[in-house]
Amino acid sequence: MQKKILLISRHAPYGNSTAREALDTALAASVYDQDISVLFMDDGIFQLLKNQHSQFINQKNIASTIPALSLYGIENIYAHQNSLTERAIGIEELILDDIKILSNDDVKILLTEQDHVLSF
Amino acid sequence: MSTLHTINKSPYTNNVINSCLKICAGNDAILFLEDGVFSATESAPAASELQLLINEGVKVFALINDIKARGLEEKLARNIQPIDYDAFVQLTIDHRCVQSWY
Repeated sequence: MQKKILLISRHAPYGNSTAREALDTALAASVYDQDISVLFMDDGIFQLLKNQHSQFINQKNIASTIPALSLYGIENIYAHQNSLTERAIGIEELILDDIKILSNDDVKILLTEQDHVLSF
Repeated sequence: MSTLHTINKSPYTNNVINSCLKICAGNDAILFLEDGVFSATESAPAASELQLLINEGVKVFALINDIKARGLEEKLARNIQPIDYDAFVQLTIDHRCVQSWY
């Protein structure tokens, strides 16, 4: 049975494996034909920045995985406006130019629509 | 459907409670556990914001075991309900989703 699953990714990339695990989970869940959404908020916003060169710390580039989400049929990708503003990050600095920007109230509504929330 | 928000970080070292409060909706619930119970005292940094949410219908709980373990029983804010592990389990059943703020 198809369920609506929201992954909330709230941690910066590379410092620990949380961000990577969120993306791996999203890609794995998509194989099972679930209705997946991904919301980036708080420091999770930093995963979306352009010009990441993670080869300097011998890690796989998070920013190269995020565009793959849509290839796996995950079209509902969101960024939290407030988190962007707090970090002085503009939409033009993000790797996805079609990402949907959500206000606090939009996030409240998104949460109410889900069958499951996974916290990363 | 409503969401249970759990917070396990101290408000003095971590900003996570502010993220939670921003997107917590009227019929949601918040549970403080582990070091999150430091947000459940009368003098906690976000006490006034919590009261505003309670006025909107948000229910706020704190895990009594963690409160007792940290010597906070006398400091617990009156608008926050102490609960045990069994009630914690019941909360996860009563709400459709659980968002863990960590």
